Amino acid sequence: MTVLDIDHAGRIFGSGRLRVVALDNVSLRISAGEFVAVMGPSGSGKSTLLRLAGGLDRPTSGRVLQAGRDLAGLDEAGLAEARRRQIGFVFQEANLLASLTAAENVALALELDGVKPKAAMAGARGLLDSLGLGAVEGRFPGQLSGGEQQRVAIARGVAGGRSLLLADEPTGAVDALTGESVMGLLHQRCTTGCAVVLATHNVRHAAWADRVVFLNDGRLVGEAGPAAGPEYLLGTGQER
Amino acid sequence: MAYSVCILGMEVLVSVRHSLLALLSAGPMHGYGLKTEFEAATGDVWPLNVGQVYTTLGRLERDGLVTAEAEADGQKLYEITGAGRDELRRWFETPVPREVIPRQELAIKLVFAVKSGAADVTAVVRQQRVATVRALQEVTRLKAAAESGGDLAWLLMLDALVFQAEAEARWLDMCEARLARENVAAGRARRHPEIPAEQAAERSN
Repeated sequence: MTVLDIDHAGRIFGSGRLRVVALDNVSLRISAGEFVAVMGPSGSGKSTLLRLAGGLDRPTSGRVLQAGRDLAGLDEAGLAEARRRQIGFVFQEANLLASLTAAENVALALELDGVKPKAAMAGARGLLDSLGLGAVEGRFPGQLSGGEQQRVAIARGVAGGRSLLLADEPTGAVDALTGESVMGLLHQRCTTGCAVVLATHNVRHAAWADRVVFLNDGRLVGEAGPAAGPEYLLGTGQER
Repeated sequence: MAYSVCILGMEVLVSVRHSLLALLSAGPMHGYGLKTEFEAATGDVWPLNVGQVYTTLGRLERDGLVTAEAEADGQKLYEITGAGRDELRRWFETPVPREVIPRQELAIKLVFAVKSGAADVTAVVRQQRVATVRALQEVTRLKAAAESGGDLAWLLMLDALVFQAEAEARWLDMCEARLARENVAAGRARRHPEIPAEQAAERSN
């Protein structure tokens, strides 16, 4: 099942002399449970791609489909709803709420989905437990290491059975070994059916993914992984 | 003394001589036992041919680093000597020389791709990066499987392969960036022949 279909998407900012092509005719299809890493230098379009994937921004050409539904057909409220229900986000900073415990931070995501507070707390504890974070569920973010905070943020991102987790440099602020444990956790989520798209500069972390796609100047310029095939490079043009 | 093997597309240099001394430092062993212990310690991915083991043991015996005692069945039991332990200690205390550069072929290929103009250098770099990252993915899969096994020596070795591949991938990123800068500078030089090349390159940063 395809959870995300980026279909010949382009994103242009500005116009005239200030026109910047951030993404140029990029196609990328992601199946349930797949872990895809997006690599590329600064300004290559990684974050723009993630923003389009997450419905935080709209393409200026092409389409973005989530579970077969074209996001272009949704108004802002509809987009927000689709994001909340289907997509989890993890950024470089964990952005946990400091006044809530790890479990409460995760539970909050479930409550926003309409789960009753008591059931949300139970669900959050169960999820943290399953991710090997049971020991820290009662701690506040200030009492957690950077790596623990980031793993709690991932738990929050996937809470409620979201089908797609978008992670933008989630390992930027942690050391090498902790980074590995964060990658291990993303990898683990994929085996339970949640697709993950990771944008990163770190090729060691990208290598945890099933597929690694390379962006340069807003174009897909290569792909490594078992499912490598020309279909993911359709229309992107290997060379200018 | 050292031999080079290719695992998952990455070259690794192995000192068989010192590896055998290290195994013998734990107690006397037969030649075949050394072969299997070596392979087990390195996760069975560096096959060691038994002839090579005996050749190396012969040299170690000649140099007084091990002694060999023939048993009733004709098998030899090897034991490390005091000089052997000294040699082993020296090996552990001495950093591995940095002139061992893996993947020289790749550097040479890129140098000549640039010099000859006979290839699209960016395409060569990008193809190589896909291959390098693919090798990195394979090692990472082995690592993910090994994390639960708790074999520290094996994990350290996989880490070594991971970082080696990472270095190559990052170097290729750098090559790609340099090529892009060169191309922009060359384009500017064509359009504005009055601007010196170095300045054009600066402007494209």
